[in-house]
Amino acid sequence: MSETKVIDACNTYCPGPLMELITYMKQAEVGDTLELLSTDQGTASDVPEWVNKIGHEMVSSEKIGKIWHIKVRKAK
Amino acid sequence: MSRQIHIVCVSGTHEKLQMAAMVASVGAASGDEVTVFFSMNALAYFVKGDTTDAPVEGGFGTIIANNNGVPSFRQLFQQASELGDAKLLPCSMALDLLEITDDDLIPEFGVPTGLTKFLMDAEGAQLLSF
Repeated sequence: MSETKVIDACNTYCPGPLMELITYMKQAEVGDTLELLSTDQGTASDVPEWVNKIGHEMVSSEKIGKIWHIKVRKAK
Repeated sequence: MSRQIHIVCVSGTHEKLQMAAMVASVGAASGDEVTVFFSMNALAYFVKGDTTDAPVEGGFGTIIANNNGVPSFRQLFQQASELGDAKLLPCSMALDLLEITDDDLIPEFGVPTGLTKFLMDAEGAQLLSF
């Protein structure tokens, strides 16, 4: 059964949040959704680029206060 | 589509090690075939147990060296290897002059490599130097 795992990478800088996401993505099952929390501005643009290249699925990306909430679904 | 990125890492300064590690980790984790050739002042930081701080070149180096939120270059190179199968290769000449062997280096490092072999493998590919 798919699940959503929250990865708190707030207050870390490029490429820390992306590498955190990739670490957990490797451990996740296909269909799982990961929600990355980041205060790093570049992460909001870098993660969709990485997701697109690798072939996963962007679910949503929104900034709430100072924190980006980026949801990605593992597609393969 | 994957591409090949070859990185020559020779500087022992914090900023250049950090940038090389950032390129290696992001490239490797994004599916690129990354090979990093370590020589000169860069290699000694990867001897097992070494925790030496790399000297900074300028103000920005001081900022990243003192900010706990910035991943260390050692951590990023290890992630490049573990998450993206990057090849981390020690220069055989540098090993000889430092009087160490590849057994003295962290386990993510591969076989000692000569410059000629590295350049032949890098032929036609993107090559970055730090």
